[in-house]
Formats: sequence, structure tokens, C-alpha cells
Amino acid sequence: MDKHILLRHRDIVGIEKLDIYCGVGGFASFEKAIRTMQPQDVTAEVKNSGLRGRGGAGFPTGVKWGFLPNNIWPHYVVANADESEPGTFKDREIMESNPFQFLEGLMLASYAVQAATAYIYLRGEFWELAAFLNQKIKDLEAAKLLGDNILGSKYSLRIFTHLGAGAYICGEETALLESIEGKLGQPRLRPPFPAVEGLYGKPTLINNVETLTNLPPILQNGADWYRTLGTEQSPGVKIFCLSGCVKQPGNYELPLGVTYRELIYTYGGGILENRAIKAVMSAGASSDIVVADDHALDTPLAYETCMERLNSPLGSASVIVLDESVNMAWLVDKTVNFFKHESCGKCTPCREGTFWMNRLTDHIVKGEAKASDIDLLRHEAVQMQGRCLCALGEFSTMAVVSAVDRFRPDFEKHVRS
Amino acid sequence: MNQLYQKYATEIDEIFSRYPADQKNSAVMPLLFVAQREKGYVPADALPQIAELTGVSETDITAVMGFYTLFHEQPAGRYRIQVCTDLPCALRGAEQYLQDLCAALGVSEGGTTSDGLFTVEAVKCLAACHRAPVFQLQGDGEIKYYEKQSVELTLQVAAGLRELHSREGSSING
Repeated sequence: MDKHILLRHRDIVGIEKLDIYCGVGGFASFEKAIRTMQPQDVTAEVKNSGLRGRGGAGFPTGVKWGFLPNNIWPHYVVANADESEPGTFKDREIMESNPFQFLEGLMLASYAVQAATAYIYLRGEFWELAAFLNQKIKDLEAAKLLGDNILGSKYSLRIFTHLGAGAYICGEETALLESIEGKLGQPRLRPPFPAVEGLYGKPTLINNVETLTNLPPILQNGADWYRTLGTEQSPGVKIFCLSGCVKQPGNYELPLGVTYRELIYTYGGGILENRAIKAVMSAGASSDIVVADDHALDTPLAYETCMERLNSPLGSASVIVLDESVNMAWLVDKTVNFFKHESCGKCTPCREGTFWMNRLTDHIVKGEAKASDIDLLRHEAVQMQGRCLCALGEFSTMAVVSAVDRFRPDFEKHVRS
Repeated sequence: MNQLYQKYATEIDEIFSRYPADQKNSAVMPLLFVAQREKGYVPADALPQIAELTGVSETDITAVMGFYTLFHEQPAGRYRIQVCTDLPCALRGAEQYLQDLCAALGVSEGGTTSDGLFTVEAVKCLAACHRAPVFQLQGDGEIKYYEKQSVELTLQVAAGLRELHSREGSSING
């Protein structure tokens, strides 16, 4: 693509400054919305665009907005900027380099659900970024784009940043809300869903940074325009985070529906040292490990095609490329150790399951395991599936089961016969 | 009188202004960061002060401190060099980098240099997978990212900080 829709800083120098952003159409969407559109019209436009949540779940954004009840107030909006999935690094680039488009998106979402307060929940490691965004928020307040009666309208909005402090689980939206309330980041039982009972017990909309950044161009150019990009069921563009054994790792903004092959070879420059590709993971450490055969490489990266063709969700489109030099037992030991470390400890299947899986993978890679331990590892993972309180426990099993099933020799290499 | 509040009154007032008046509990984590700024860990006497300011029990605040990895209960080096060794970084040599860095600084993983300036640790994903090896530097109340690292580059960063502290002649053990 010639011009970026989300990563516009790659085309426009200085777009992180308010006057430059405004000079290229910035805040025109927000101004149009608060001056000429009813909140429900904004929601309708987003619904029509077919935009789906970019944090990983892929839920239709406009539909999510519609869940907030109009008889309980106040409403809150929270931007999920907890980006912590191994392999994911897109939201950081958006916020660092094109901050006002993200903030405008957050303001549009806040207007649509009539929230007067919005929080940006950043992982604590983004300490510098939080200070940077605080300054951008001050710039908006000085320009009267935030505050009371914005641009002479009846709409008022304040935005605050809130730093986490190192916990992957806080990307799960109910754990995130607990964290803003000053508690351990442990997921809540659902229902009630955050849309009804969220932050401080009030209706709350939580959207990912990339999702929000899509909103200004959608409101500016219309839902029909947005639908000209991507596929029918996955309209629009997506930022693909490409990492692992690839020559040019990085963020690539492309229409949904680009194939693995194009992403890895055309954009990513191919495999390091021209080795053979072995497998791919599409949603960071939470993914199945997919054998990189022609069928997989020719799969369009869209929500529906990844499920239909590979039975593996697109998730956050954080593609980790694995070449022939990667041993899958080593890999699974890595991912399982991550999930063991990040398990919040609230539910037994995840707390105990990740512990025991990690014990087994540790034994396997150290050459201390028996062949039957490979089956035990798989059995342990399958036992966890469907029994964890939140999706993150479930995620810890994906790489384990798929790796044992598809790359068993990699495990057998390590065990005593 | 609350010593933490006395020292950081303006900042603490600003923190509370972000949240509804009846939700002082939301200030627990921001206040832990404030309490940790000076020494690189949260001194035990800060807990009753945060409890008094927020109305949250000391027990609950201690639990929060233990849950989140960026809060520290124990003193360590003035700066924590925290290297990501998760999968995407490991695929690009982060484990070897960490090992070599530890050797170059003369510490084992998790250990602190003899001058008390640097603790070297492995941490989980930092969202910088495309610029591995990467570490974050936690110290003096700040967290900064250093990306596309080599041992040589990191030693330059460390040398710069050492020089800064020898010039200032400041106490480095907090």
C-alpha cells in the first residue's frame, strides 16, 4: 500500500505534533461527530464498517458498543494498551508515533457511548510512553479539544493514563479493570460483562489501541470505504507484527486477507540465512503451531480464513516465524514458562496446570524425561482446556498440544528411550 | 502526618484527581510507584502511609506489591537491567546476549555488580520483539527501553551511568 491508514507517521513527518495532525485532517472526524452526529449514528457507522476488535478476539466493535445500557450512568471507556503478548508490538508504535489518531479514536468511542471519563491502561513498562501521552492530552486540553463543553458543544470528556506494573493477565479486560481499581489483576467471573458492570461497577467499554485508531478514518471516509479494504468478513487493514526467524521483522500495515507467504517473503524479506521455514504462530505465544506447508502459507490472514483453513484463530496477528533450526520442545518450554510466570493464580486449572506443564517441559529439554512424559504433557494440556476461568489459561495449552501432535520427533529427541 | 504525602503532596493530589472521589483505591498502584522512586524498592514504612491515604488495608497493598513484577520489596542494584528472553527475542539471540552480558559485568543472572549499581535480570515480554535483544532499565523512578542491543552497546550504557554517578559522587546504595 502506498499510504498508511493507521501508521500514518510513516508517510507524514511530524504527525505526532497536534498542529501537523490537524493540518492533515486530524480531529475532523471528532468535530463532525460531536457537531452533526448523534452518538448512536457514530455507533451505526462503526457497525456498518465491519470493524472487528484488533486486540485478538475479533469481536465486531460497533456491536460491542451497543451493549452498554442507557439507564445506568456514568459510562466509562478504557483503552487497552497493556500490549504484553510475546510477538506483539503494534500498539506501542501507534501510540509513540501517531498518538493523536489513537486519542481521536478514543474520543470518538467515548462520544459514542457518552462517557465523560476515559482511561488509557498502559503496561507499566510503557512508563516513558505514558509521560508522552500525558503531554499530548495536555495539548488537547489547551486546544479545547478535551475538557468541558468541547468546541462549544454539550459534550465533555477527560482522559487519564493509568500504568500497570508488570502483569500479562491485565490485558484480559476484567483483570484490567481490577487493576485500575487498585487490586490484583485477576479476571472476574462473567456475567456480568464489563459493558453492564465494569469499572467501578458501571457500564464500561474496553477497546484495543489499534481498534480505536481505526475510528477516525472510518468516520471520515465512511463505512463503505472501509469495506473496500480487506475481506468481506474481515474488512479493513491490520497491523501485522512480524517477528522470529525472518529477515525484516517489524510492523506491516496491510489489508486483511494478505497471505502468510506475502507477509513473510514479500514484506519480511524471507527467512534468516535463507533457511527453510518450519512453522508459524499467528497470535503470539497464545497460538497453535501451524506447519508451514503450502496450504498454510497460501492462507489469507483474515479472521474467517484462518479458522476455516487452519482451525487456528488470527488473534492479534502477531506472526512468529519459526525456521528449521527451531526445536519445538525448546519452544514449548519457553511458552509454557511464560504462562506459568504470568498465571494470575486465581483458578486452579491454570495455576497448577501451567506449573506442571512447565515441570514436564523442563524435564524434557534437560533430557531427564521418559517417552511417556510427552504424552503426560499433552494430557495435562488437554485437561486444562475448557476448564480455565479466562482465555489466557486456555492459551497456554495451544502451543503444547499442537507441537506434540505435529512435531513429536522434536520431543522424542530429548527423552530417554 | 503522612510523610509520603508531605513529600509529594502536589503529585499525590494530582493522582487522586484522576479517579472518582470515592475510588481512592485506584491510587494504590500509582502511589506504590511514588514510594518506590527513591530507593528502587518500596520501603516497609510506606505501606501504612499508602493505606492511610487510600483507605485500602496494608495487607491488600502488600498483595498488590507482590503480584506485579515492577514493584520490588527488596533492595537491589540502583539500576535493574531487565532483559527480555521470551520466545521472539530468544529466536534472535537474547539468551546468549543475557549470558554474555552477565559475564561481561561479572554477575550471575539475578545478581548485582560489586559497586551496587546494576542488577541483571531476565524478564518476560517487553513488546519490542522486532528489535531484539532488548532490555529495560528500571531505576530512579523511571523505566527506559534500550533496543537492538549488543553486549558492547549495553556496556556503553552502563559505563555512562557509572561515570554519571562517580561524577556526582552520590551515594549509590540508596
